[in-house]
Amino acid sequence: MAQPAGPAAACRAQGAGRQPYSNGPVQNQMMHSSDAQGYNPAVPGSYSHQKVPPHQPSGQYNYSGSPNVSQFNSYQGPGQTLNRPPVAPLSGSPVQQTGPVPQVPPPALQNSAAISSAGSFPPGAGPPMLSNWQYSQSALSHPAGTPTSHLAHGMGTGSAQPSPSLSGNTNPPGSYQYAASPGGPSLQNSYMKPGSVPPPVTQPLTPLHPPRPPLGPPPVGGPPLIRPSTLTAGPPNAQPLLNSAANQEGDATSAASDGSAVQNSYDAIEGGGLMATPHPSPAPPNLKMNRNVGYSYPALPPGYQNTSPPGAPGMQASALQYPDGSKHFHQPPLGTNHLTASMGSLSLQQEGLRPVNLLQERNILPTTILQAPVPNLHEDIQKLNCNPELFRCTLTNIPQTQALLNKAKLPLGLLLHPFKDLSQLPVVTSSTIVRCRSCRTYINPFVSFLDQRRWKCNLCYRVNDVPEEFMYNPVTRVYGEPHKRPEVQNATIEFMAPSEYMLRPPQPPVYLFVFDVSHNAIETGYLNTVCKTLLDNLDLLPGNTRTKIGFITFDSTIHFYSLQEGLSQPQMLIVSDIEDVFIPMPENLLVNLNENKELIQDLLRTLPQMFTKSLETQSALGPALQAAFKLMSPTGGRISVFQTQLPSVGMGALKSREEPNQRATAKEIHLTPSTDFYKKLALDCSGQQVAVDLFLLSGQYSDLASLGCISRYSAGSVYYYQSYHHKHNPVQVEKLQKELKRYLTRKIGFEAVMRIRCTKGLSIHTFHGNFFVRSTDLLSLPNVNPDAGYAVQMSVEESLTDMQVVSFQSALLYTSSKGERRIRVHTMCLPVVTTLSDVYAGADVQAITGLLANMAVDRSVSATLSDARDALVNAVIDSLSAYRSSVLSIQQPGLMAPSSLRLFPLYVLALLKQKAFQTGTNARLDERIFTMCQVKNQPLVYLMLMTHPSLYRVDNLTDEGALNINDRTIPQPPILQLSVEKLSRDGAYLMDAGSVMFLWIGKSCGQSFISQVLGVPNYGSIPQNMTHLPELETAESIRTIAFISWLREQRPFFPILYIIKDDSPLKSSFLQNMIEDRTESALSYYEFLLHIQQQVNK
Amino acid sequence: MESVVFIFALIDCCALIFLAVYFIITLSDLECDYINARSCCSKLNKWVIPEVIGHAVVTVLMLISLHWFIFLLNLPIATWNIYRFIMVPSGNMGVFDPTEIHNRGQLKSHMKEAMIKLGFHLLCFFMYLYSMILALIND
Repeated sequence: MAQPAGPAAACRAQGAGRQPYSNGPVQNQMMHSSDAQGYNPAVPGSYSHQKVPPHQPSGQYNYSGSPNVSQFNSYQGPGQTLNRPPVAPLSGSPVQQTGPVPQVPPPALQNSAAISSAGSFPPGAGPPMLSNWQYSQSALSHPAGTPTSHLAHGMGTGSAQPSPSLSGNTNPPGSYQYAASPGGPSLQNSYMKPGSVPPPVTQPLTPLHPPRPPLGPPPVGGPPLIRPSTLTAGPPNAQPLLNSAANQEGDATSAASDGSAVQNSYDAIEGGGLMATPHPSPAPPNLKMNRNVGYSYPALPPGYQNTSPPGAPGMQASALQYPDGSKHFHQPPLGTNHLTASMGSLSLQQEGLRPVNLLQERNILPTTILQAPVPNLHEDIQKLNCNPELFRCTLTNIPQTQALLNKAKLPLGLLLHPFKDLSQLPVVTSSTIVRCRSCRTYINPFVSFLDQRRWKCNLCYRVNDVPEEFMYNPVTRVYGEPHKRPEVQNATIEFMAPSEYMLRPPQPPVYLFVFDVSHNAIETGYLNTVCKTLLDNLDLLPGNTRTKIGFITFDSTIHFYSLQEGLSQPQMLIVSDIEDVFIPMPENLLVNLNENKELIQDLLRTLPQMFTKSLETQSALGPALQAAFKLMSPTGGRISVFQTQLPSVGMGALKSREEPNQRATAKEIHLTPSTDFYKKLALDCSGQQVAVDLFLLSGQYSDLASLGCISRYSAGSVYYYQSYHHKHNPVQVEKLQKELKRYLTRKIGFEAVMRIRCTKGLSIHTFHGNFFVRSTDLLSLPNVNPDAGYAVQMSVEESLTDMQVVSFQSALLYTSSKGERRIRVHTMCLPVVTTLSDVYAGADVQAITGLLANMAVDRSVSATLSDARDALVNAVIDSLSAYRSSVLSIQQPGLMAPSSLRLFPLYVLALLKQKAFQTGTNARLDERIFTMCQVKNQPLVYLMLMTHPSLYRVDNLTDEGALNINDRTIPQPPILQLSVEKLSRDGAYLMDAGSVMFLWIGKSCGQSFISQVLGVPNYGSIPQNMTHLPELETAESIRTIAFISWLREQRPFFPILYIIKDDSPLKSSFLQNMIEDRTESALSYYEFLLHIQQQVNK
Repeated sequence: MESVVFIFALIDCCALIFLAVYFIITLSDLECDYINARSCCSKLNKWVIPEVIGHAVVTVLMLISLHWFIFLLNLPIATWNIYRFIMVPSGNMGVFDPTEIHNRGQLKSHMKEAMIKLGFHLLCFFMYLYSMILALIND
């Protein structure tokens, strides 16, 4: 009967299954983007069947509580396993193919079984049930020799994230700790899922590289498919499986999910097809779905639920659809311009190539935030691709040869934000982490499976064996589906690393604070703020019971604080020999935070008053850092240094190099460090896994160029508060408070290394960011924090002929603050193209700008600032003239640019006007260098905001087109061009420049706005230094505040809002960001375009 | 007298050849990831000054002993050595800086430079050898 049709039907089934599944990867995307917003635990059931369209913008997701629709339905899933025993690879036949007849009894069976089990395991009763976990049973259900895995899913990583949005999670983390459950004697793998399991079933894995043997060619495993004997083999195994499945259900937040019957059928379709492995159990996806319900993206494509009839009919229906599915499967989609399926993105890319005459198009700036271009890949692959916020390439179409890349005159590089806070991150615990044997690439969604037991690395093309453990999929609890493992379904994944990945046992988190207490420092009053913030956040420091903390203060001598247990108050030890620093006592300088909390709090309370009478003006920063390094070197950790002036004594003393009169001339400014002391010390620190974060709060020149090295090479971060003073500059105080809070509480990874691998033929030649490149591609990061971004430049070493796609993988190995060794892996896949026009079509203008900015910083340090500026301008000229001469067939007058690069001149002009690269007298040297540090260390999103701020008109906000998040209405005003011409006196404008916001109030701004939003009677009474909007009960106020706080929520730091009037001193900073206008030393946008046109047409 | 000059030059040249080979080996170790950038650079930086001095001595010796051709041949490389040494930015840890060596293809250019020097010194070696034998015969 069904036998001859078996394999084919199976693959068709798979194909057919794909359609509805298109939601899966979308969820994947959401997984990343839903960070911090759009969590709505308060609206349970709000994504009932019809509601959520599969493509909602991330912000709108309501992660609702479990809808709990019908438990019994959901149990049909497990029930079906009756028919399909998990002896998958050996035997097994998808029941639905044998005709509808055998299907009838199973549902009944399962239902009854499910009822009983459901009765005993009520939903939500997770923890108590742990003991009921029948791991042995689940082991039974697998053929001997199958490694059993178990699935733990909880807040594994979530708990490490401070993100409050996670609180929406209705499940106490405890309820998921299956990993710790005593039940599983046979456990080898456990799969942990924080929050949710991105449905692995959703993406039928298709062969990535058509030329190579396709991924899971249905015929390969075909024969076993059609063994009728399985039917008889099935039942004995089924009961245990059912049980365990039911158990699992119980553990999930909600015991049931809506429309589960539908899932079953759909699952059956899916399972029957791929890899020609009979899908032994349709239950798992169902389970998984249920699990998702709690707090994750909506697991089910609701549209799908409605379209498919439930239960057995669904199977039949899908069985009917088999025929059209098969083509899909056989014709593995991929690469560029292949299939009709990629037509969508193709046309999108064509749009990127549309020539735009920049001189004629006045309004090229989009009114919404510019999105990253979508690589021209088949949608199934694209759905699996890494989120552009984490991993971005300057050219989404990779040129095949270096010659082509040179012709395009665009930089090729990657921009990474690898440690970004993610609200959904799959975590895998497994005894073996599957990696390529020759290049050590982690298995990822873009590898191809030659057959069941072998996979081909997508970076070096070596064929590897699939380890036995990997054959078992802990998510679906199915054997023989390596391609459905979470590792192969998620481009971003975290592994719990076994002990091979440790050089030494994970060290406790150690935090050392080094405070400048010279007279100058005490004058600024920073110590009060810092100690108070630290006191408030002491319990929030990421760590565990082993967390250690210590303090050092210094002026011309170094003061240590013994926090020995039993002391009534902290004991200060002064070391005045700064030439040869030593540690005065071997222990008790770094003490356990929890055990000595009172003493530490005591110290923090008294510290600000201790030095108020100090007259010492010298600063021995160098020796203090040496002391700190010595103290930290056995364990590694984080040193936070607060410095307020130029270090003047001891090692590392510096001399003032700034000459204010020469600021105007671009040459002879000191961007290079004056000594290698800090660099050497930083490298020593890096070697001992110590990172140094520098907080510079200074009024005068402090030679950040030299001091910054200490953070730059030890992978720390630099904060700069110009002219910090507790009385004279209250705004900076607030900024310090907010940023320090974030700094103290954000996630941290210790002893980290990062490796970026790319497909053979590409090579990375330059790295940008704060780290030390220890060997060719190994970045040493003593600390890694979620606010750091990195960039690399690449070249095409060998021509990428015969390659349809290339892949990039970044792997970050770190010790979490909880003492776990983890590996976070991101993989991105991009198509290779052969023509120049395709290269231009796929250019990502923001990424290019970001990379150019990084390169320009290097250039200004190694050569001169004016060289860097010229290089930036030349980058625009070269690329546009290459486009003009090589791509444009008809020579038109004007300045032509491909649509993908239409913002390129604008962004480069913005870079030229940015503090880091501007000429003119208004940038102080330290400020300029700080901006350069930021360019190097910030993720692209914030770098772009910093470079080209967004301008909104806010006095006439309406609810039209507004976003709705958590019952809040967030107006979405259009982004305006940065030109004074767009400002009008009777309006109020908000400029969002990333780390700072300006609210400019026009002179004749509407009275209603002034009184109802600002809460003052008239324009004249707006206070000079206003930084807060009062929360008023008016619609305008609510809208404005909603909008501003929405903007703020999107970033980890806290942008200060300055409210400025015409006569405010800050007006110049506001106007300076008006990039399209002319300033005393820089061209206007139009003039700049004319200049470029002149050069291009030469 | 002349033979003494060339015997000395020959010995010096041998040392420079060894040094060049050592540079190449160390750099390729770094390339292959056998050592890390820090130790590689501190190893190499130690030998930068001896190299500069060694080469400058031969060059000056040739000038003093009025071997114009050999002097002019050596001059560009000696000048380059000194120039490179002087032009190290104040913040760098020497000619070979561990934080920069992996950036902008510096490793490759250092390698190329070491190769060129090796070739040059080999050429010089045979030239000195020939001149030495000639001088010995003349004596």
